[in-house]
Amino acid sequence: MEKILEKRIDTMQLDPMIPLRAKVKKIFWETEDVFTFELVYDEENRRDFSFKPGQFNMLYSFGVGESAISISSDSDKHGSVLHTIHKVGYVTSALSKLKKGDIVGLRGPFGSSWPLDITKGRDVCIIAGGLGLPPLRPAIYHIFKHRKQYGKVTILYGARSPRDIMFPVELEAWKKKHDVQVEVTVDRADSTWRGHIGVVTTLLSYTELDPEKTTAMICGPEIMMKYTVDELMKNNISDKNIYVSLERNMKCALGFCGHCQYGPSFVCKDGPVFSFSNVTDIFEIREL
Amino acid sequence: MANEMKKIDKNGLGSIISALLEKGYKVIGPVLNGGAIIYDEITGVNDLPEGWGDKQEAATYRVVKRSDKALFGYVVGPHSWKKFLYPQKTKLWEAEKNNKGFDIKPSNGTAVKYAFLGVRSCELNAIQIQDRVFNNGMFADTFYNKIRKEIFTIAVNCTQAGGTCFCVSMDTGPKAKGGYDLALTEVINESGHYFILDEGSEKGREISSKVLSSEASQDEISAADKAVKNAEDNMGRKMNTDGIKEMLYNNHDHPAWALIAARCLSCANCTMVCPTCFCANVDDTTDLTGSHTERWRRWDSCFALDYSKVAGGNFRTSIKARYRQWMTHKLASWIDQFGSSGCVGCGRCISWCPVGIDITKEVELIRETAKA
Repeated sequence: MEKILEKRIDTMQLDPMIPLRAKVKKIFWETEDVFTFELVYDEENRRDFSFKPGQFNMLYSFGVGESAISISSDSDKHGSVLHTIHKVGYVTSALSKLKKGDIVGLRGPFGSSWPLDITKGRDVCIIAGGLGLPPLRPAIYHIFKHRKQYGKVTILYGARSPRDIMFPVELEAWKKKHDVQVEVTVDRADSTWRGHIGVVTTLLSYTELDPEKTTAMICGPEIMMKYTVDELMKNNISDKNIYVSLERNMKCALGFCGHCQYGPSFVCKDGPVFSFSNVTDIFEIREL
Repeated sequence: MANEMKKIDKNGLGSIISALLEKGYKVIGPVLNGGAIIYDEITGVNDLPEGWGDKQEAATYRVVKRSDKALFGYVVGPHSWKKFLYPQKTKLWEAEKNNKGFDIKPSNGTAVKYAFLGVRSCELNAIQIQDRVFNNGMFADTFYNKIRKEIFTIAVNCTQAGGTCFCVSMDTGPKAKGGYDLALTEVINESGHYFILDEGSEKGREISSKVLSSEASQDEISAADKAVKNAEDNMGRKMNTDGIKEMLYNNHDHPAWALIAARCLSCANCTMVCPTCFCANVDDTTDLTGSHTERWRRWDSCFALDYSKVAGGNFRTSIKARYRQWMTHKLASWIDQFGSSGCVGCGRCISWCPVGIDITKEVELIRETAKA
């Protein structure tokens, strides 16, 4: 933790409230309403992007506002950073209109990360729903790069429809790796779809998880995470070995503005990645 | 007694204010304004609300004329010192469009040196609570800490309790236990009108050395202690805080929340008058040319509907959920977050609630039928 902190202060200049300029190097559309930015720092404030898988940045569109966006790129690549963004609110709509060479403001990285260190030697089951895949992708990259340090690796992914699948080309490439199981399902199929149909939890029946050895990392809509956790616990996986990434309204990302409170936690600095055992008691309370 | 106490009169207090002004402090103290005693800039002892007190009950605040000439004969009004330490609006930065995209210029914040006169013990505790909020171990808020480290604090020990006070329950008063530069206890009795002056810091000693004072006699000190004891014995409210964190954590689904919500207007008054509530939002404003933009931080409230809104939905749409969040945060999760309760027992949220929702009574309502 101390190490992360030092790094954070170093990469964030003096005041963590002040965004730094970053340039859009590339923008490409993943689906009809989801796009990915590749950002680089501009000449004047050139520095390394340094983050841990699971962390997020605050992205600022000039004159419009800021949004908390998870980082979707490889954490070993320090020259640029990828953000995969759902065009859904006014800030993300403004960001979606930017072109190559345009400038955004960036603060970060913030928050906790996927438990990749303490998971070494264990099986990993990654379960994502919809836009939950981008925040998990850096963890997947990390595991692939250090494949020998992990046991059995399973990736289960559910999307609303074939057209909403994130990173379909990569998913296909991952499937072809012999040492990882990748299963993809959609809620509603069309005539082109040859894969699984149903919610993401149905994919658990296509894999066998060793309850003693498996750590699960889950990201997706809260309702999806709830049912996924229920299924995993039915399979005797302990809540201590289940990790979820939560979303709340974030304004400052520093624990000052109060908006992202979830029980005793500030999702921005204590999360977004939580061990499920830390939120078990409050996870099912409505409107907490 | 290790610390010898001094005694000053009204003129002596005037000299303290003058000494602070001379040192470049902006002196803030209680003034009568618009039918309430609020905190504002003062230049002398005559600005203080001499002979005014207040009467407080649930949903009730009235200033009343006293029979004496007490300068601190009121309890607490709608303002708290967070108004100065953590202003309702702060410009965080501004940005200008240019050929590089845009340039961001950080705002320098306030460079004012404030001297606070009349800080009650509950309020000192509130300031210390906000110190932990704005220096949370991971990040420190530049704006708050810049103002905070310059302040000069003159505490006033309470000699009477308001109808909605419960500092004794929260262990935050009525006598100031440190964290001040100077502390005053006002005494009015047959032997006169005087203040017992306690020096709490080197800064405080430096100022009080410039003021005409005499050594307080044992009788005079006893009279002051007795006056404070009077406040302690006459709390208008009390709150049972035994196991309150667990009790609230275990009762998120208690039926009382719905009963409270049926009365709550979700007006956010309680969060505005609370001396520890710290939530803020940011507004990005752009001028008409679209080339100049500013980011402002302004107080927000967990009672506001858009407080928990994200692009895909809203985490707390019901008033029940919002009231539960406020009270559970204040009395329970605050302890996990910052190591103490977020409530100092000042009673403002009770007095200024337009429908008289009373945090002490609501806790009892839940406790009566609480799940263990």
